[in-house]
Amino acid sequence: MMRFSDGLIAVVKRDCPTCTLIEPVIRQLANEGEPLTVFTQDDPAFPAGAGTVIDDTDLENSYHLEIDVVPTLVRIRDGKEAARTYGWDRTEWETLTGIRGLGAGLPESRPGCGSKTREPGMGSRLAVRFGDVKFKARNIELPRLADDIEACYERGWTDGLPVVPPTRERVLEMLGGTRRDPQDAVGVIPPDRIECTVEKAAINAVMAGCKPEYFPVVLTAIEAALVPDFGLHGILCTTNFVGPVVMVNGPIARAIGMNCKVNALGQGNRANATIGRALQLVVRNVGGGRPGEIDRAVLGNPGKYTFCFAEDEDDPAWESFAVERGYARTASTVTLFCGEGVTPVMDEISRTPESLAGSFAAVLRGIHHPKQVSNVDALLVVTPEHAAVFHRAGWSKQRLKEEVRARLMIPARELLRGYGGIDAGLTPEQAGNLDGTIPKFRPSGLNIVRAGGGAGKFSGIISGLGSITINSVTKEIES
Amino acid sequence: MTEGQILLDPTSEISPVKRPRRARSASLGGRRFGLLDINKARGDVFLDRIEALLKARGHAVNRYRKTRFSIVAPIELKQRIVSQCDIVVEALAD
Repeated sequence: MMRFSDGLIAVVKRDCPTCTLIEPVIRQLANEGEPLTVFTQDDPAFPAGAGTVIDDTDLENSYHLEIDVVPTLVRIRDGKEAARTYGWDRTEWETLTGIRGLGAGLPESRPGCGSKTREPGMGSRLAVRFGDVKFKARNIELPRLADDIEACYERGWTDGLPVVPPTRERVLEMLGGTRRDPQDAVGVIPPDRIECTVEKAAINAVMAGCKPEYFPVVLTAIEAALVPDFGLHGILCTTNFVGPVVMVNGPIARAIGMNCKVNALGQGNRANATIGRALQLVVRNVGGGRPGEIDRAVLGNPGKYTFCFAEDEDDPAWESFAVERGYARTASTVTLFCGEGVTPVMDEISRTPESLAGSFAAVLRGIHHPKQVSNVDALLVVTPEHAAVFHRAGWSKQRLKEEVRARLMIPARELLRGYGGIDAGLTPEQAGNLDGTIPKFRPSGLNIVRAGGGAGKFSGIISGLGSITINSVTKEIES
Repeated sequence: MTEGQILLDPTSEISPVKRPRRARSASLGGRRFGLLDINKARGDVFLDRIEALLKARGHAVNRYRKTRFSIVAPIELKQRIVSQCDIVVEALAD
């Protein structure tokens, strides 16, 4: 903390009408004999004729004085602040200075203006420059005139798209999105098994383009991805298509402006786009999970850049996925699903729940392979027009799930190798009783969520992997 | 863009800040060579000799030339070299 010498300090800026109004008062104080220091935030020539006017356009003094409003008048006694007033109020200024008759002819009071230290983004800039902000992460000093975005590419920090350069100021802003200590461990990130701190997560969230208010969701997404049941290491290194799919439930989704409506699984919403991307950048940069190295995906899928959406909870007829999982309606949660792309279910004709459930089952049957009945999970994303068919008939979400599951009990014979002229399939030993049926999905493997725009009789399937080592995981976001 | 900007390292910091040079090829067997003449005087003499030595050892050699040493190589030339060569020898100074 800076020390200021005893006497009066006035902090002003020319851009403030109240500061220009009281210019004669400042001059009056300067001429009264008591030591006066004036810090001027925007124009070193202002106020004119006021004794010691110090150029504070870099705002160092204003920062250390914690100025919120200009003008501010401070009395320093014995090296410490003894009194402070802000704006113009004749009585307060007279009390603080002990001088009567200040500002003759001026109004009794006028509110001040915001200090330049309170301009957007200024707080973190000043804290990094003049405060005692410390980061544990290494500083990477770029050569003069280097393009910062290109520098991030050259260091291999990006997923192929440009990242926001993680300056100290931006990272400090991001850390403001959580109450957690920057050096708190979020978890150990595969494949390199490196501990990810809140600070490292913040750096990557900055690069992904997150706002600080998204950061609690990012932290919870990372934690959920690290729950052993999710199987992140396997998801990373598989030759399969999958990546982490993030679904957000609860009030935070609305609070941070996530999209659960038109184009909910598509592009265009900052929160959706950047939260999913932040998780993937943490995996890449902290964990070392990079394509072509540990990530051996044959094709991958575009959702590996980012795949994040919110469930639509506006329609009260069905409980949300998070409530199904035992969380309160008021809780905000993040669910991680090991998923690939989106398969459409297009049925514009069905008006009965039985028929529409039949359409869902028919498309779900083909996921991965019509004979694939293991290692396959799916999120069925039911849109409003399709949901209305079930609501009209009084079908609960649970009923729909059961009806679809019943339609996905597949005759074992149809799953055999060679059936339908296709060599792929089960051996007779795997198929067991050939007169019996085998479910397409394990009991926890098919779930129903809601999202989407109000027009269009289409739903979507987010297919994915599911096994004893790969499971969807839900975690509550700490407020 | 600012000068001497400081970024915070987003990685696990298990690799050095200063990026190491790309490792040299362990062996020259089967490698395709490119010889880049940047148009400095007598660069061609040096490269002619290198070409002869490489060819004598059975290597495939492509020759490339910049129109002027003081300009950055055009993207088209860089792309051609990258797609056709494993190792590039450049004649820098006379």
